[in-house]
Amino acid sequence: MYLTREEERMLGGEYGYAARKAMEILVALGKIYEAERMVEIKSAQVSGVSYKNLGDEGLEFLEELSRDGRVRVPTTLNPCGMDLENWRRMGIPGDFAEKQLEVIQAYRRLGVELTLTCTPYLAGNKPGYGDHLAWSESSAVIYANSVLGARTNREGGPSALAAAIAGRTPLYGLHLAENRLPTVEVRAPKLETIFEASALGYLLGRILGRGIPLIRGIGGVSPDQLKALGAGLAASGGIALFHVEGVTPEAVRNPGMKADERITVERGEIRGEAEKLSENVDPDLIFIGCPHASIEELLSFHMALDGRKVRRRTWIFASRAVRDQAEKLGLIGKLRDLGVEVICDTCPVVAPIRSLGISSVATNSFKAAYYLRNLGGLKVALKPIEGLAEEAAR
Amino acid sequence: MTIILEGRAIKEGRAEGLALSTSQPISFYGGVDPETGRIIEKGHELEGYSIAGKILAFPYGKGSTVGSYILLRLRKRGLAPKAIINWRCEPIIAVGAIIAEIPCVDRIDVGRISTGDRVKVDGSRIVIQKR
Repeated sequence: MYLTREEERMLGGEYGYAARKAMEILVALGKIYEAERMVEIKSAQVSGVSYKNLGDEGLEFLEELSRDGRVRVPTTLNPCGMDLENWRRMGIPGDFAEKQLEVIQAYRRLGVELTLTCTPYLAGNKPGYGDHLAWSESSAVIYANSVLGARTNREGGPSALAAAIAGRTPLYGLHLAENRLPTVEVRAPKLETIFEASALGYLLGRILGRGIPLIRGIGGVSPDQLKALGAGLAASGGIALFHVEGVTPEAVRNPGMKADERITVERGEIRGEAEKLSENVDPDLIFIGCPHASIEELLSFHMALDGRKVRRRTWIFASRAVRDQAEKLGLIGKLRDLGVEVICDTCPVVAPIRSLGISSVATNSFKAAYYLRNLGGLKVALKPIEGLAEEAAR
Repeated sequence: MTIILEGRAIKEGRAEGLALSTSQPISFYGGVDPETGRIIEKGHELEGYSIAGKILAFPYGKGSTVGSYILLRLRKRGLAPKAIINWRCEPIIAVGAIIAEIPCVDRIDVGRISTGDRVKVDGSRIVIQKR
């Protein structure tokens, strides 16, 4: 692998311990994937923030790096295990909060922006077409690649942080145009709701497992639908890029793109996906916002409630940036009047949800359902936003 | 008998010790107990064996990327393997070996290494002293 003089110096330790470790990681990855050289990145997005997933070993590593390390490019952070301002109200145990704050402090010393969201593109880190990135949250990776036309592999937490500290990443995989063409064509029915988009993504990820789908027939889908579709694809499959005919930037620029394998999805199969995954439960928590909700999703939930107060714990997970936007519109107050809390900096997948006395949930996100069931052992009901509002108010 | 194999250094270093070898992939997150250094994955061919101080040979890593941090934790407790030998190293093991400073070589046919062999790792070279 070719290294510039600057990169050689980092590897040789001239820029300190953290830069040397970062470069060692990147060179090893470059070797494994046979990259010819490094490419400079515009931004990084780092997962591995919740103390629940990092544990003491992850915290120790971050503390070591943060002694002399500093990120070279704008770097944002995935959700952590709690709302940093309202963790007491969430019911987070004190000893968890203490460890979580140590993790946050280490990231702060590294110069990372404490955005704490899986939707950095809704919170000020919106990449441009063709930008090289090192992002690690799977739903953000697939959104950046597919909807924005930026270029990133699906990084792990440590490799994204290494790229942030070195300001570069090995040039392989989805950084190269020839690896971004579709591997399978999918014909699917027109998507009406975010819920249907989430279901289609989950179904396709499950069936395909990997590859790059080119999706036709789903109509002029909204950014929120693309967000849900991508999150589903990345949760049930190892998929990091999809194209939608006439919608996503690479498909628009290259209207002739095609693939040898073709599959067709019927409307009934999309409905069936919800029935397969959804359980009949009396939920301890009703939530939307996986991935973190946009301002439009906050508005639709408020509209769906239609002035009715909720009668059980109902949360919306969103980035602090979207929350602040909603605050300005007076929406946070209106939701709180109806009993709905908008929670920031965290999400049900990375929060210590069991210790909050929650063992069953209702949501509109197939991604959340997948992780909460498989990793958390929770019971999950899946419903569109209107159905969730009904249940909350009943 | 001595066998010399040339691989690819993922984390440069030298080590010597007794081999613990398996044809099955290893998940460090959930598959290895960070408190004892023992393999705890149910049904794994090495279930119950301690990896501490061994030259650990396995085809590749699997499972969650948190596995990299488990290698670091093992190292800090003196329970890490002395070196790791893989057929195809993947990011979880590579990152773990680097942050925990464990010599790591890949592109080695791990089938040539048997548990109990004395193995020397030096950069990209493996010297196997058959039992």
